Amino acid sequence: MKNVEEIFNLLKEKFGDSIIELVTNLPVEHFITANPLEIDKVSLFLRDNGELLFDSLMCLSGVDDANGKNVPDEDGATKIEGGTLSVYYHMESTKLGHKLTVKVSAPRENPDITSVSGTWKHADWHEREAYDMFGINFLNHPDLRRILMPYDWEAGYPLRKDYKDPEFYQGMKVPY
Amino acid sequence: MSIEIEKNMQSKTGLKTEQMVLNMGPQHPSTHGVLRLELEIEGEIITKVTPHIGYLHRCFEKHTEAMTYTQVIPYTDRMDYLSAMYNEFGYAIAVEKLLGIEVPERVEYIRVIMGEFQRIASHLVAIGTYGLDIGAFTPFLYCFRDRERILSLFEKTCGARLLYNYIWVGGVSHDLHPDFIREAKDFVKYFKPNIKELNDLLTMNKIFIERTANVGILPVETAINYGISGPNLRASGMKWDLRKNDTYSIYNKFDFEIPVGQSEIGTVGDAWNRYYIRVRELEQSLRILEQALDQIPEGDVTSAIPKRIKPPVGQVYSRVENPKGELGYFIMSNGSTSPFRVKVKGPSFVHLGIMNELCKGHMVADVIAILGSIDIVLGEVDR
Amino acid sequence: MGLLDKQFTDENIVITKVEDLLNWARLSSLWQVGFGLACCAIEMMATSASHYDFDRFGVIPRNSPRQSDVIIISGTVTLKMALRIKRIYEQMPDPKYVISMGSCSNCGGPYWEHGYHVLKGVDRVIPVDVYVPGCPPRPEALLEGLLKLQEKIRNESLVKKTA
Repeated sequence: MKNVEEIFNLLKEKFGDSIIELVTNLPVEHFITANPLEIDKVSLFLRDNGELLFDSLMCLSGVDDANGKNVPDEDGATKIEGGTLSVYYHMESTKLGHKLTVKVSAPRENPDITSVSGTWKHADWHEREAYDMFGINFLNHPDLRRILMPYDWEAGYPLRKDYKDPEFYQGMKVPY
Repeated sequence: MSIEIEKNMQSKTGLKTEQMVLNMGPQHPSTHGVLRLELEIEGEIITKVTPHIGYLHRCFEKHTEAMTYTQVIPYTDRMDYLSAMYNEFGYAIAVEKLLGIEVPERVEYIRVIMGEFQRIASHLVAIGTYGLDIGAFTPFLYCFRDRERILSLFEKTCGARLLYNYIWVGGVSHDLHPDFIREAKDFVKYFKPNIKELNDLLTMNKIFIERTANVGILPVETAINYGISGPNLRASGMKWDLRKNDTYSIYNKFDFEIPVGQSEIGTVGDAWNRYYIRVRELEQSLRILEQALDQIPEGDVTSAIPKRIKPPVGQVYSRVENPKGELGYFIMSNGSTSPFRVKVKGPSFVHLGIMNELCKGHMVADVIAILGSIDIVLGEVDR
Repeated sequence: MGLLDKQFTDENIVITKVEDLLNWARLSSLWQVGFGLACCAIEMMATSASHYDFDRFGVIPRNSPRQSDVIIISGTVTLKMALRIKRIYEQMPDPKYVISMGSCSNCGGPYWEHGYHVLKGVDRVIPVDVYVPGCPPRPEALLEGLLKLQEKIRNESLVKKTA
């Protein structure tokens, strides 16, 4: 069983600049931030290293950080420009009993993150969900399609903070 | 029958089969809701299953961002509507962790009692409808008869039969009915012999065993890699229950066992074991209930409920052992009165992802047996 | 009932209007599409199970829409599902009836404001005969809805189209 500092040092030693920082100033949960384009390699190391053995991914959550600039668009609503979209990975080792949270952030305009579905099959659907809800592009994902929304949904990514309802979908009125 | 045997038969008889796609759902009596499965079959043998979900996507996560922390609770009910109490329970624990508050002991007891009753109710639906899928109608009626009694206990407590809004952050909405403890004890006494009846009726039924044993075997490593949890993981032989392994509330005070899959009938990790684990969990839940109903202390149940919930900036991932598996809430707070982001890891969502792995190489009729055994609720798959 | 009161003393003869006979036959065996959507489907199941016994009103779940008379929209209708529901409705033979069960299918329910993927009322895609309020309605409420539907069928006319 290792604590988050030990894991951070282990990762820093192995991956160098790909592991960015250890965030401990927030209450309840501490996390490690990593490079979005290296996360697949990091995840494999986390799973297979004998001291870590993170064999189970508990949760994968996309988040819209909403840390860009609010710009009014043509019809009066605000639109967010710049800033980042993030993905949080919560993992645990069922053998050793420790847990870890890793965060990666990618720019909002071009959110590319490498897929970890090769490491944990569990991530497959969660990544599709994050793609569906936030438009995060998971590189090397085997089957990146919308999962919850209809396949022909064109009105954008609903969980982004600046999402706007379309007026109609296939002839059905969407707002109340 | 494997694909090789089928191919062999083809060469003997000279008949040719070709790949075809069979659509199942969204309106299908055995999909437990609005699920669509796209089955690629070669003759009677499944080569690939693609689940299409989202037919019940009700935008839970968007709603949480517009509501205050308290207003989210009724929406958590509507995710897994068969175990509404437990969804509230998990959400309340997560927000309490974020706020750093302790709840009175009586509240903890009430939550555990409600949670275990909910587990029994949820498993009864799972068992009853599984029998219905396989072709046994009577167990469904028996299970719903017993479930009605639990629902009337809930109704007496909070006025609702299905979706309760009872467990609040920091407490419960109001105290138990004065008769509750006595009636709950009556129920426990009444229900115990019914499990044996259920075993005679369904579990050890020859036809049922033929349909479910050795079907859809799930090895434990695959299960962990796919994130499977709860009864389905235990049926694969892993002794893993968050009530013991990552204990929360007051579960460490109770004496109960974690049933795991056995190979006396069928193989560890098959559909029959997944079904039977649920029956054995009924017994364990009754054990917890007996202890909790005896030990419950007096006290105030609303004293720790905060007037205005405004957690500090931060985040928490908290999980509980829902009747279906590990239910996780990832809550981010930006210091305002409504959550910045809530992500739910629903067990049903995760379990449905393994359908392809389980169904490959089985017959078409086995899809029903496998889908019923993993016990999904579409409200939680799609949220 | 209006049907059995005009009996002759000879027990085999009953005099009634064709309309009454047809309506009586229709309302006494409403076969429903065995089809659940969301939370309300559980209450619908509870209604057909042992305690409330839907069968006594002649309501039997049929798994094919082509053999059914009534569809109970039991739960939230999403945009993805709405067109499928419309298709199921179109597959049912006439005369067909629709019971909208629960707030979600009546008007969007708790998802009316922020539900970007929820259809705000199933009556935007198919005509509804009876609305049953509640979230979810109790089995008794669904039974009441069914009785209302029976009342409606009882007053139907062969000449004048009512629905």
